[in-house]
Amino acid sequence: MARIDLKGLAHSYKAAPAEPTDYALRQMDMAWEDGGAYALLGPSGCGKTTLLNIISGLIHPSQGRVLFDSRDVTDLAPQQRNIAQVFQFPVIYDTMTVFDNLAFPLRNRKLGEAEVKSRVNEVAEMLELGADLNRRASRLGADAKQKISLGRGLVRQDVAAILFDEPLTVIDPHIKWILRRKLKQIHKRYKLTLIYVTHDQAEALTFADRVVVMYEGRVLQEGTPQELFERPLHRFVGYFIGSPGMNFLPCRLTSDGAEVAAQHISLPADLLLRAPKAEVLEIGIRPEAIAVSDDNGAGLAVQIRDIEDLGIRKIVTCLLGDHELKVVVPSERPVPLDRGRLVLNPAMTRLYADGHLVG
Amino acid sequence: MEKWNDHRAWFLVVPVILLVGFNAIIPLMTVVNYSVQDIFDPTHRVFVGADWFREMLHNKRLQNALVRQLVFSGLVLLIELPLGVAIALTIPRRGGWQVSATLVLVALPLLIPWNVIGTIWVIFLRPDIGLLGYFIDHVLGIHFDYPTVPMQAWISVMMMEVWHWTPLVVLLAYAGLRSIPDAYYQAARIDGASKWAVLLYIQLPKMRGVLTIAILLRFMDSFLIYTEPFVLTGGGPGDSTTFLSIYLVKLAVGEFDVGKAAAFSIIYFLIVLAFSYVFYQVLLRAGRGEVK
Repeated sequence: MARIDLKGLAHSYKAAPAEPTDYALRQMDMAWEDGGAYALLGPSGCGKTTLLNIISGLIHPSQGRVLFDSRDVTDLAPQQRNIAQVFQFPVIYDTMTVFDNLAFPLRNRKLGEAEVKSRVNEVAEMLELGADLNRRASRLGADAKQKISLGRGLVRQDVAAILFDEPLTVIDPHIKWILRRKLKQIHKRYKLTLIYVTHDQAEALTFADRVVVMYEGRVLQEGTPQELFERPLHRFVGYFIGSPGMNFLPCRLTSDGAEVAAQHISLPADLLLRAPKAEVLEIGIRPEAIAVSDDNGAGLAVQIRDIEDLGIRKIVTCLLGDHELKVVVPSERPVPLDRGRLVLNPAMTRLYADGHLVG
Repeated sequence: MEKWNDHRAWFLVVPVILLVGFNAIIPLMTVVNYSVQDIFDPTHRVFVGADWFREMLHNKRLQNALVRQLVFSGLVLLIELPLGVAIALTIPRRGGWQVSATLVLVALPLLIPWNVIGTIWVIFLRPDIGLLGYFIDHVLGIHFDYPTVPMQAWISVMMMEVWHWTPLVVLLAYAGLRSIPDAYYQAARIDGASKWAVLLYIQLPKMRGVLTIAILLRFMDSFLIYTEPFVLTGGGPGDSTTFLSIYLVKLAVGEFDVGKAAAFSIIYFLIVLAFSYVFYQVLLRAGRGEVK
């Protein structure tokens, strides 16, 4: 249980990094509050596993310091940091029983056998592994094995944080949510700092209080799921979070709004004042923040290209000029078949300059 | 499955049957033929039934050779497996050309013809001009004369065998080590496991498959060993390094006891077949991950 601070942290796998692109992790400052449940979200290769391994001490960063409760642990080995980490594929000790697996970290720390027993039993009960304690761990299913990996972290009461590296990759979908709920339960009970790496946004958004979105070695935004959804700070966040992602329409600013494909979108006056000079200006709008009506009403005239009915909602693909837009509407709402009008929710309409949010 | 009415399929199978018959079964049958007859000269022979088998099974020299053979194969496993694993552990798990070069160097003894290996060691062990023989005899001051001292002959044969075949165990063990995912080592570091614990609970269990294969190969090969000790010691002094196949050749070629040698061959063949069968079963189960 600790607050984790990363100060001026950067990492490169190359011996002598010269270009910024040599860095797997660009220089960053981050703070992880004590007891927070964080998700580290980003596409493959964005540096999230590197960041996780630096926190746990498996990798020594090229630059910067790692602080646990303002104690510098940068040079400490993983076992001295008291971190628990669960990997993508379950790591179990094949020859041992479930009990011995869970007891392993405690026995390595030379704890008395009576204490080992009581702690292992407590953790096993919580993870619902009690019935399997005397079975060989290698005989169990992937979900039970992953629970054992997690349990080996939890048996040590003094853990500073638990780090998860895409732990549910090999778990069947119908068991995933059970394990995810278990994790939330454990988080509530122990008030541990949890950092959960994933590339699955649904997993990140349901699991975490705060989500950190990474891209190409940089942290683009940190915030609650709602903040990420409503105010993506960067084009990539808008595109990556949400299914389908945010729509971006290249635009030209006018005196009272923006012009996209010769059609007018009104924007607040103060936003227009703040708009910087930029190469690319874009309107960002969530598919959920657009209403479709037939061709008679007001709004942006569009061509409807495709309607995908997912049962509970429909995804409508439209063309505004030659820009494609996705709109999400409830399944029961009628959608015109060839031409329609779109009304953008003004409170959810954002302006991006060169990929960064203006407002 | 339905039975085939078209018998032309036989045309495809018959050549194979004939070929296997010629190169495996017919030579074996000549041995069977000899093993049940007493042959005086090309025209005089007597059918003796199972007499040769009975005699060979009670033959003291054969029994001694069998015991010697089992001790030898046992020692081979006891020395080569731990040594091979230990060497494999010192080779870095990842590396560039240096690792590849090391592996090639390690594997060199495996590429040398077996009789050349015997010859190399004959020279290597000579107390007058051989590097190791001279070192033991003159530098360590131990009188070294392996052709006349049984213990020294045994040690020499063992050293040669270990030098020749440990590289195979190294290669197999290294392949096993390379296949262990990084996450296991990372988890062990986080769990605070010592190097010894990593070896005991991660590396050895994960190497179980390749080590089973190493045990089988080394046991069978050393059980059939002939060329190297024949060149080095010729089975002597006395019978002290006479293993099964060396005794067999002595019997068949040296004493020209063709009938006894044929019976012995069949006994030897059956022993090897029995071991092979047991090992094959173990191997199959190891492949399915069922071996404890």
